[in-house]
Amino acid sequence: MSSTPSGKIRLATVWLSGCSGCHMSFLDLDEQLLELNEHIQLVHGPLVDRKDFPPEVDVVLVEGAVNNEEQKEMAGILREQSRIVVALGDCAVTGNVPAMRNGLPVKNLLESVYPVEGGHEPPGLSSGSEVPRLLPAALPLHAVVPVDVFLPGCPPHARTIGSALKALLKGERVVLEQGMCRFG
Amino acid sequence: MEKKTVTIDPVTRIEGHGKITLQLDEKGHVTRARFHVTDFRGFEKLCEQRPFWEMPDITSRICGICPVSHMLASAKAGDAILGVHIPPTAHKLRRLIHWAQLVQSHALSFFHLSAPDLLLGMESDPQERNILGLVSRYPEVAKDGIRLRQVGQEIIRVLGGKSVHPSWAVPGGVRAPLEPGKLESLQALIPQAIDITERTLELYREKIEGFSGEIEHYGDFSSLYMGLVSPGGELEHYDGVLRVMDGGGKILEKGAPPENYRDIFSEGVESWSFLKFPYYKPLGPQEGLYRVGPLARLNVCDRAGTPRADRVLEEFRRWQKNGRPVSGSFHMHEARLIEILFCLEKISETLSDAHITGTHVRSHAGVNARAGVGVIEAPRGTLFHDYHVDDEGLVQEVNLVVASGHNNLAMNRTILQIARAFGNGSEITEGFLNRMEHGIRIYDPCLSCSTHVVGRHASRVELLGPSGGLLRSFEIL
Ligand code: SF4
Repeated sequence: MSSTPSGKIRLATVWLSGCSGCHMSFLDLDEQLLELNEHIQLVHGPLVDRKDFPPEVDVVLVEGAVNNEEQKEMAGILREQSRIVVALGDCAVTGNVPAMRNGLPVKNLLESVYPVEGGHEPPGLSSGSEVPRLLPAALPLHAVVPVDVFLPGCPPHARTIGSALKALLKGERVVLEQGMCRFG
Repeated sequence: MEKKTVTIDPVTRIEGHGKITLQLDEKGHVTRARFHVTDFRGFEKLCEQRPFWEMPDITSRICGICPVSHMLASAKAGDAILGVHIPPTAHKLRRLIHWAQLVQSHALSFFHLSAPDLLLGMESDPQERNILGLVSRYPEVAKDGIRLRQVGQEIIRVLGGKSVHPSWAVPGGVRAPLEPGKLESLQALIPQAIDITERTLELYREKIEGFSGEIEHYGDFSSLYMGLVSPGGELEHYDGVLRVMDGGGKILEKGAPPENYRDIFSEGVESWSFLKFPYYKPLGPQEGLYRVGPLARLNVCDRAGTPRADRVLEEFRRWQKNGRPVSGSFHMHEARLIEILFCLEKISETLSDAHITGTHVRSHAGVNARAGVGVIEAPRGTLFHDYHVDDEGLVQEVNLVVASGHNNLAMNRTILQIARAFGNGSEITEGFLNRMEHGIRIYDPCLSCSTHVVGRHASRVELLGPSGGLLRSFEIL
């Protein structure tokens, strides 16, 4: 697989509703990052400065559940513009911790955390304000768009991420060894 | 030119979801700058009815960069609910893992997130302005950063079993002792890490000679500072007492027990951000603006308490003006490197402790108190976990006061200061926008943690500018 003129793979990372722990596990590849740098170009994500999601991404690693309208829109865009979508970590795979709020009605939840009076409403209740509206429930990524690869773990071990990327770079199927298939 | 709003969304190379909006007047001058936090996960609500034993594991998922701080603050709140003293070895082990976490988190902030601006330039090519760009242009520095972060992560992994979200500290102590066989390999990590930190400090000092404009305008203002210090006034990250200092260096709170935090500060809510706006209660929302984190900690302590860190702290104080505390937020970069050095010295000292591999690491008890507060100096500043439980230990109420929340007012003030200093009124360049983002990066905010409740009753306060225009308004609790 190669799609940039330099023959590098265009990799993006996206952070939906997660804790950044999955990104930290990616960084835990440590010295392997230097090697990886030879084969990939990081074109988008919280670690780089490109704001919009670029077209023709080869692989996108997605951390976090889909929690608000903006993230839902982002999920659509990244699916549209990427060849392989990877659900990175339990939040993206199952909803995990962000989905723990799902039993609570959004209005009660927001009003109890942001008690404002005088006709003002708490942030996140309606669309069109400066912060995005929360969805009725936090969803796993596959509930919103089709996902190609699932990497479980909270976070997935750096080894898991490394071996998945290696397989994808070679155009092979991702096969997780025993011990890499775990939640938590 | 018409009035317009410019949005930077998302702010990148920070920990969490945030955006900046700038309001420009007809002449293109920035009249308002706001930093918005745009994600919400509602931890305080979703923890209700959970056993407090689970809280360290749940709350560490607030943040993947400082999970260890949440785990420990939570375990400390749990200790208070049990009403026990944890075994001395557990206490030392918890300190150890926390220093390791400060090392990795500060290394991440400095090298992976901010160094691209510092070394490649605030207005350099955005395609390159990231850690991999650094790998190509300054491979030695990038390698140093990766290595230093790795040392912190490795110590966390050896102690807690995982480098991100270890399931290790619990109410009463920790789950597993340190195996004697691991000691030597941990000790062996330290000398190289100290070398890296010291040479980075030198490099930083050379580099910032070209940054006088940034130093002056990236959040240089008088404010209060808050942080924990040891009872003897030394730099402290795990225990100790709360100190609040004013902009002139006068100590306003000299040893407040952290449990009394509700007496010390209050907070505002605004509809445009999920992050609240705390302030020092006795002085009110305007005068009560305070900063926490590395800069505040170095300001409020009398000394660090380890030889190398004390030496560099002495040099750091060259930034004081007329003997007042260091007021420029830009110096947080240097403050982080100093703290890394301090933590490495402390780790080394603690690993040499004869009792560190002791096996009695957990005290057992049931619910002996219905409430508990755990406080800690997380990398970004003072962090509180405050729980109420029922007789069975099910959580009834949770309040989390997170470090980045404390700095919210300061961050907003900083971006406005930068916008005014570097905006030229005619065009908005990418480099200018990156400067604003760097203004946020220096606080290294951890926005994943952005929710909590203090109090219930809100009233509205409006701040007016000299001409009577509304500068800002917010709800006071
Ligand atoms: S899966 Fe775990 S580590 Fe990853 S974002 Fe979710 S909570 Fe964080």
